[in-house]
Amino acid sequence: MDNSRRKFLKIAGISAVAGVGAPSALNMLLKNDVHAAGGGDAAPAAHGDAGHGGHDAAPTGKRYGLVIDTRIFHANPGMAEKCVKACHTEYNVPDFGNRKDEIKWLWNEPFAYAFPEQSHYKKDHTVHSMQFLVTCNHCDKPPCVRACPTNATFKNEDGIIMMDFHRCIGCRFCMAACPYGSRSFNWRDPRGSKDGIPFIEKVNKEFPTRMRGVVEKCNFCAPLLKQGKPPLCVEATGDTGAMYFGDLNDPHSEVSKVLNERFTIQRKPSLGTKPSVFYII
Amino acid sequence: MYNKGKIIPGLIIFVALMLFAVFNNAGKKLEAPKPEKPKDHKECVLPLAEINKTHMKLLNDWRDEVIREGNREQIKVEGKMYERSLQKGCMLCHTSKKKFCDVCHEFASVYPYCWDCHIAPQEPQEEMVQQEAK
Repeated sequence: MDNSRRKFLKIAGISAVAGVGAPSALNMLLKNDVHAAGGGDAAPAAHGDAGHGGHDAAPTGKRYGLVIDTRIFHANPGMAEKCVKACHTEYNVPDFGNRKDEIKWLWNEPFAYAFPEQSHYKKDHTVHSMQFLVTCNHCDKPPCVRACPTNATFKNEDGIIMMDFHRCIGCRFCMAACPYGSRSFNWRDPRGSKDGIPFIEKVNKEFPTRMRGVVEKCNFCAPLLKQGKPPLCVEATGDTGAMYFGDLNDPHSEVSKVLNERFTIQRKPSLGTKPSVFYII
Repeated sequence: MYNKGKIIPGLIIFVALMLFAVFNNAGKKLEAPKPEKPKDHKECVLPLAEINKTHMKLLNDWRDEVIREGNREQIKVEGKMYERSLQKGCMLCHTSKKKFCDVCHEFASVYPYCWDCHIAPQEPQEEMVQQEAK
């Protein structure tokens, strides 16, 4: 009996050591392999983020982008509001009448909030008094899509971050994930009204409204793009050249040409989300 | 058995109550709902027998194709093009939600939440009343 117990304890001890040690040993071996093969995914991404948003990956497929010339917006007061109105009336964006519940697809932001990574010290008066049109950046690396537990938000084949309102469960993870505040939650029923004033002034019957408990955001006018039309905000600027829209991955598109010729900045590039909206300041 | 006098009549009353609904409706003919169909159209996007049974799946498929796959191609019915959309497609012919959708859905006690977001066409009667009011 003594002998067999001794044997049993030995075997148990060895198996325990092997069980704990083997996976970590295997992991170490695997990691070494990856390093030998060139560092895997993490390293180049980290290098890229140190630069301007990390656009070093080879472009694949379409990726719609927008260039906003803020100087032209500044020269034409009221044009930004026109863009916002064109957008919000088309897509039945409700106005709940208070900033806490505000639903925003396209809106104005002062320099300090739009570009918090830029220095604000001793900037000229114009920049400080200007408002900057901001919207969903339709990032190439969208954190909202990673956060969404139901796949209600996703990147479509044109690089547009879309919402499938049917699938949104209102968990608001995407809102926490989005560094640009581009997503809004319907705390109230958008079809309701306050003091007899409906939240949606005039309902556009070509597009649904949302229901209470759903997150919404800019869709880059994906339905219009399929018809070959530009987004409504771009259309609202007319031929002033305040906004350029097109495929960032196509070197001959208008946006690509503008981006090649002009100096532009993005919002919070250091986060590595690779925004598709660019600003000429 | 204890309390035989209470348990057995109690059981009989219970069973009778439970079966009351069955006996009460026995032999009665149940009318199938008759949704109002568009008068000047004979064909739908699918054969009628199929659309009756699978319209809910079709709408889901359309949604995924249009939003997720970005496939917004229109569908041809009786030589006319229609968008694959509830609000912008189906309801062009089926102009009344109350007389078409609701008739069957209420009969079957199903309450889909389409209209929480999608905008139903204005009911013909309401239109008349509104026009009169003007």
